[in-house]
Amino acid sequence: MKIEITDAVWLDERQQFSLAELADLSGLPEPELKQLIDYETLLPTDPGAGEARFGAHCLVIARMACRLRNDFDLDSGGLALTLTLLERIRALEAQLRALRVLIPQQGKY
Amino acid sequence: MKYKDYYQILGVERNASVEQIKKAYRKLAHKYHPDVSKEADAKERFQEIGEAYETLKSPEKRAAYDQLGSGYQTGQDFRPPPDWGRQFGQQFGDTQSAFDEADLADLFAGFAGGRGARGARGAKFPIPGEDYEVEAHITLEQAAQGTELDINLSVPEFDEQGVPRRVPRTFKARIAKGASEGQRLRLSGKGGKGSNGGRDGDLYLNIRLLPHPLFRPVGHDLYADLPLAPWEAVLGAPVEVPTLDGAVRLKVPPATKSGQQLRLSKRGLPKLREGAGDLYAVVQIVVPANTTERERELYKQLADVSTFDPRSHFKRA
Repeated sequence: MKIEITDAVWLDERQQFSLAELADLSGLPEPELKQLIDYETLLPTDPGAGEARFGAHCLVIARMACRLRNDFDLDSGGLALTLTLLERIRALEAQLRALRVLIPQQGKY
Repeated sequence: MKYKDYYQILGVERNASVEQIKKAYRKLAHKYHPDVSKEADAKERFQEIGEAYETLKSPEKRAAYDQLGSGYQTGQDFRPPPDWGRQFGQQFGDTQSAFDEADLADLFAGFAGGRGARGARGAKFPIPGEDYEVEAHITLEQAAQGTELDINLSVPEFDEQGVPRRVPRTFKARIAKGASEGQRLRLSGKGGKGSNGGRDGDLYLNIRLLPHPLFRPVGHDLYADLPLAPWEAVLGAPVEVPTLDGAVRLKVPPATKSGQQLRLSKRGLPKLREGAGDLYAVVQIVVPANTTERERELYKQLADVSTFDPRSHFKRA
């Protein structure tokens, strides 16, 4: 079997995308991405700049938005609300994980 | 080819209306959608549910699916009846054996009007290849040092006659050091093949760190319990603390409290480009389960002479 060796690229905040790239990579059309920007679900790295640029985290959100829109037939308002609530859950889970690490591992000592 | 009972997957009767099918899909999608579900098998279940819905919501695909027959059980080997595809304007080649390597969903990918239209024949506009997303489970040590991962995928492809088949693809992905839980990597062009000049899809790796017996990660910081004997906590003591690079000596200051975090700078996971997280040793004051007569005597002496009252705040309340 042929094995392809490839370097994986980190999606981190230093990597930035234009709106067109975000649309191409996420599958979500530019008008729908613009609606998510209006709802502040997607935030450009420098809102005052001429051409909007987006951090890699926005690609993760946009891809999720595309899946949710396709799978639940959500409109942009419903999509923005869902993504906001999911982001809030993600933040709460991160807090929970951060608190859990402070709990001693039971039964070890 | 393995048969899948799409009606059973959605939990509807074979004569269910489109509205009933949609309702059943919505209900199951809420439960199993990987972006919102916490079910362990959410990804697999949702894939199955989505596949069933994609076929049954389309009158053309549903009619074609129904023509396959209803006497099969999910997982049972079967072949579509002769000329099955031609009845619906599909060309799947002349040999029945061509179906052996295909997945049932691949048969319907060529029908118009669905997500599966990526493989549609006759389409003239560029169709990008499908993106794939897989979880990559790595150890803390692999995250710290970088690693190579073998990724095995089974992807649908269409041959020149339009016969769908599953093709194994294996990648060896080099992952530079600096991973943390939930971080994502992109392997450009390693997803499904694009058609009509569309770009190939991408492969996304979602990093999951395997549990470690000593360290608990939060971002690039690590937390580890530091058990101390009561006298070590009171008097202070030099102790050895394990790190990912080997043990280091840590000076525990006198009067250290349980739960206190002692920070070992840059002894956590390395970051993507520069620097590293910290290691926090979380103090746990532990007592021996068994004590000798002599030890108990010394504790009694301590109790007699000590003025320390750990519950003094009860009196103030």
